[in-house]
Amino acid sequence: MNNIIHIYLKELRSYFNGPMAYIFLIIFSLVNGYFFSNTFFIFGQSDMRALFQIIPLVYLFFVPAISMSIIAKEKNSGTMEVISTLPIKEYEFVLGKYFASITLILVALILTGVHLSNLIAVGSNIDYGAVFTGYLGLFFAGCVYASMGVFASSLTDNQVIAFIIAIFFVLFFFLVDKLLIFIPNTVSGVFQYISIDYHLSNISKGVIDTRNILYFISLIGLFILLTIESLSSKK
Amino acid sequence: MIEINGLSKYYGPIKAVKNINFSISDGEIVGFLGANGAGKSTTLKILSGYLAPTNGKVKINGLNIEKDSLAIRKIIGYLPENNPLYFDMNVYELLKFTANIRNIKGDEFNIALDKVIDQCGLKGVLHKQIGECSKGYKQRIGLASAMIHNPKILILDEPVTGLDPNQIIEIRNLIKKLGKEKLVLMSSHILQEIEATVDRIIIIDEGNIVADGLTKNLINKYKGKVQLKLELLESEKEKIELLSEKIDNIKIKNIRSTKKGHTCVVEYDEKNDPREKLFKLIVKSKYQIIEMNPKSDNLEDVFRKLTKSKK
Repeated sequence: MNNIIHIYLKELRSYFNGPMAYIFLIIFSLVNGYFFSNTFFIFGQSDMRALFQIIPLVYLFFVPAISMSIIAKEKNSGTMEVISTLPIKEYEFVLGKYFASITLILVALILTGVHLSNLIAVGSNIDYGAVFTGYLGLFFAGCVYASMGVFASSLTDNQVIAFIIAIFFVLFFFLVDKLLIFIPNTVSGVFQYISIDYHLSNISKGVIDTRNILYFISLIGLFILLTIESLSSKK
Repeated sequence: MIEINGLSKYYGPIKAVKNINFSISDGEIVGFLGANGAGKSTTLKILSGYLAPTNGKVKINGLNIEKDSLAIRKIIGYLPENNPLYFDMNVYELLKFTANIRNIKGDEFNIALDKVIDQCGLKGVLHKQIGECSKGYKQRIGLASAMIHNPKILILDEPVTGLDPNQIIEIRNLIKKLGKEKLVLMSSHILQEIEATVDRIIIIDEGNIVADGLTKNLINKYKGKVQLKLELLESEKEKIELLSEKIDNIKIKNIRSTKKGHTCVVEYDEKNDPREKLFKLIVKSKYQIIEMNPKSDNLEDVFRKLTKSKK
C-alpha cells in the first residue's frame, strides 16, 4: 500500500511540476464552461443537464490526453528500467499511476463546481440528488476511460500512439450503443449493456443502481488487470 | 553471491545470451566486458530483475531470480546503461522517492542520504533539478540512487560514462572501496578503467562467455609476443637483419631508415627476454641506442583478440 502512495505522489508531482496538468485543466474548464453557459440562460432550467451532456464528449479527448504519457513516457525515457528494478509489485506501480490520473479527473470535475455555484446563486428548485448522481456518473465514466488510457499507455513507448489507442477504446465503449440499429436484435442487448453511455445516463437520472456501479468497477478492473498483464509480459 | 547456470535470453529469433555460466562471490569486483550487442547489458538486466531469462537458472544470495524477484531487488543496487533519471525531479526528491520505496525513513534516511551525498559528491546539487545537472552529475546521481539502501550487490552498467578524468578516478576509488564489503559487477567500454578497477574479468562475445579470470592471468594467457621497438643511430640495415641469426627465438620486423639510422621492431616471447644480449651486440657493432622500448599486450589487445576472432 505504501508503494502505491509513493508512486501516486511522484506521478501527481510530475503532473503539477510541469505545465501539462494546468493546460489540460484550463482547456477542460473553458470548453465545458462555454457549452454550459451558452445554453444555461436559453433554457432557463435549474439543472446541470447541459454540463453533464457535454463532459462525456470532452472526456473522449481529455482522458486519453492526460493518461497517454503515464507509462509510455517511463518506457521512452528508460526510467521504466529503474523503477522496475526497485522492490515494487506491478499492481502497486499501475495503481499508483492510475490513482494519479483519476485525481486529475477529479480536480477537473471539482473545477466545474463554479457552474454549480452559479446555478445555486440564480436558480431555484435545484434537484441536488440528480446533481450528485450526475457527478458520480461522470466520475465513474472518467475512471473507466482512465483505466483504458493507462492500459493503452502500457502498450507502447510512444505517447501519440498511446493517445490514439486510448481514443479507439474510449470511442468504442462510447459509441457502441449508438450503432444498435446496425446490430442484430439478438445481440443488441449485450452491446447496449457494454456501452458506457447507457450506464451513465441511468445514473444521471438520479438512480444509483448497483448494476451500473458494478459495470463501471468491472470495466476498471478489467483494464487495470490488462495493464498489469501487459507489463509482466514485456519481461 | 551470484550464480548463473545455463542462462539464455532470446528476443524472438535473436539469441542475445546463449547458455552462459559463471559465479561471483561476495567482496569481488568483476568487470563484464563485451562489444556492443554482445549480450552484456541483457545479462545485467536479467540480474537486476528487469528481464526474465528464457532458459537457465540465476541465483542471487541463494534466491531464485524468477521466484524471489522482489526479495532480490531489495538487496541489489542497479545503475542501468544510459542512466535514465526523472529529469523533472530534483536530486533530493529522487533520493527520497527511492528511499521511500526501499522503506528507508526518518533518521535512517538522513544517515543514508548524508552517506551517498558524501560518497558521490552531490552536496552542491542536492536541490537542483536533475534535468539541469551536467552529465557527470547525472551519472553520480544515478549511482547515489542505486546505493541509497547500502545494497549487498551493485550492478553497474557503464558507471563512468560521461565523467571527466578526475571524476573517473573518484568513482573508481569509490567502487574499489565498496568492493571490499560488497559484490560489484560492472561493465564499461573504457578498458583501461576496467583494468584499473576490477580484480576479475568476464568477457562475453555474441552471447557466449569467451574468457573469465583474474585480469593479470587473462592478459598472460591470451597475450601475444613482446614487441621491442629499437632506434639505432649510424646503423646498417643488413647488420640489423643479422641480429636475428645471432640470438635465438627473436624476429626482426619493420626495419625503416631514418635521417641518422634505422628503427625496427624485435619480436620475442616474454620468457626468453633477449634484451641483454641484444644490447651487448648493438654496443659491439658500435651503434648508438636511442630507443629500446618493449610493449606487451594489454587488456585492450586481449579483448580485441577474443571478440574479433569470429568476425
